Amino acid sequence: MSAAETFCRTKVDTFIETHGAAPSALIQVLQDVQEEYRYLPADALVYVSERLRVPLAQTYNVATFYNAFSLNPIGKRHISVCMGTACHVRGSSMILDNLSTRLNLKPGETSADGEYTLDTVNCLGACSLAPVVVINDAVHGKTSSGKAKKLLEKSAKKKSAGDKPS
Amino acid sequence: MTVKRLTSPEDLAAWRGRIGPPYKQDRVTFVVSNGTCGQAAGSMDVLYDVHEAIEKLGAVELADIRATGCHGFCAIEPLILVQPAGVLYPKVKSDDVRAIVEASLRGEVLEKKVYKDTDGARYARESELPYYRKQNLMISGPSRWVDPLDIETYVAGGGYDSLVKAFAMGGQAVIDEAKAAGLRGRGGGGFLAARKWQSVRDAHGEPKYLLCNADEGDPGAYMDRALLEGNPHLVIEGMIIAAHAIGATQGYVYVRHEYPVAVKNLTAAIKQAREADLLGKNILGSGHDFDINVSRGGGAFVCGESTALMASIEGKPGEPRPKYVHTAESGLWGKPSNLNNVETFANVPWIVANGAASYAKIGTDTSKGTKIFSLVGKVNHTGLIEVPMGTTLREIVEDIGGGVPDGRSFKAVQTGGPSGGCLPADRLDMPVGFDKLWDAGTIMGSGGMIVMDDHNCMVDIAR
Repeated sequence: MSAAETFCRTKVDTFIETHGAAPSALIQVLQDVQEEYRYLPADALVYVSERLRVPLAQTYNVATFYNAFSLNPIGKRHISVCMGTACHVRGSSMILDNLSTRLNLKPGETSADGEYTLDTVNCLGACSLAPVVVINDAVHGKTSSGKAKKLLEKSAKKKSAGDKPS
Repeated sequence: MTVKRLTSPEDLAAWRGRIGPPYKQDRVTFVVSNGTCGQAAGSMDVLYDVHEAIEKLGAVELADIRATGCHGFCAIEPLILVQPAGVLYPKVKSDDVRAIVEASLRGEVLEKKVYKDTDGARYARESELPYYRKQNLMISGPSRWVDPLDIETYVAGGGYDSLVKAFAMGGQAVIDEAKAAGLRGRGGGGFLAARKWQSVRDAHGEPKYLLCNADEGDPGAYMDRALLEGNPHLVIEGMIIAAHAIGATQGYVYVRHEYPVAVKNLTAAIKQAREADLLGKNILGSGHDFDINVSRGGGAFVCGESTALMASIEGKPGEPRPKYVHTAESGLWGKPSNLNNVETFANVPWIVANGAASYAKIGTDTSKGTKIFSLVGKVNHTGLIEVPMGTTLREIVEDIGGGVPDGRSFKAVQTGGPSGGCLPADRLDMPVGFDKLWDAGTIMGSGGMIVMDDHNCMVDIAR
């Protein structure tokens, strides 16, 4: 292999050490890889398959089955709109439409500059605060299209402040 | 915090003696509800403000701060509960924190900041709130004083005493007790827990696995998240007791991908329980071994189904298989496996501690005990409620939930999520229970109740 690897073997090794080098650890290891790189690099999938002795086809099967995994890099600002029933009743589809227009992204898409990913999620279990929007792990309750717009502007400003999620 | 290794029930009792009561009587404890919903409402800031106020007032020796999980009344978060007085301050703003702390340290109540109900009446004590009046918090109550990251707060309130009792009773007696109590699975099916346990206990094959389903079922239901986040040791204790009953030595908790705080708190709790020898080899010197691993889900809705969940724990895609062979015979890795949900396990320590007879007194003929519902949607007081089975929908929506907001009218309530159904206004006087809901054409599910008003389109909901 001539091209440089897109992931760090030592880091992935520590994930494998934590969960054990067995086929049953596959999902847990991929979770850690996803968290670290915000997606599953193709060469990392190959490496994990070899280490856990899982056929690559099965690793790929798992990586595409679960919503938690992405084969493409997720944007720096990962925006998820909750589509659970409680959020739906309180108008989350309007918020999603609004964000979709504003960002010019369909749910599941990432902007070309790698800044934003718009997603939907099936119930975060924060139903009492419906409708809920999550931006990089920070849960925002009782949102509206207007509030979502403000959150978006706030997250855009954070860029200069070192990209730290609040 | 250093946890001593416990080698006998006496060690546990001695430890509790050293810890003392859940709240120190000579100090003021400021409790802040800090679950996922609390954090979304700003509880982290409140915690910081309380800390700062105590320091500035030079009262470090007089006050404690405790961050707990969800107390249930999510609509009034962020909140401060002042203990042992029991005074509640809802929707706390940063600017008010200092005054609240000051008054509380003087033993006074800051009247103008206490809870005001929709009719304008004010209530200072949490226990007086109309929201809690018809509730019975036998399962969710301890989340008020338990800091999920500190095992000592759980032990202080009698935690792990049921385990001692269960070990003394023996496994079969525990199953008989759960049977007499009439404990039915809280995950949706309403299957008798004891019958499941019996088949796994009687099944051939070793090892046996005990699984906890925290891949909460229907959208709109989040009591399992609240229990795991707020009181993980309660679930762990319930699991150890059940494992002892069925003869399991390894357990798994399968937690939804969408619940990161639950994963964090549960993992920390398991670590502390291991350090105290409450998990692992020879628990409390009983000769019983049991350990628990946490398995994070991958965000696939289907994984709440038992065979899909087991496939997922094995590291495979979560695809259900036909259940010609019961999982009690051949489940996880082809071994006898028992699966119950979070709330079911959370009921177990209470039953063992208080006995089947006291448990069976609560509820209806066929649905015993309490049920935690998440009351959400178009209702004034949204949050988690715990009511005895048999409470009517009207009591839940109107008395506890405070009715529909903005002067609109009640149209329907959806129970059991998308697999359940919507009950219109003429069914409001129906008592809730597994069978009553089934007869009405819907299901209990895991306890989601989504209220809809006259502006919600039923056709949209059906999509």
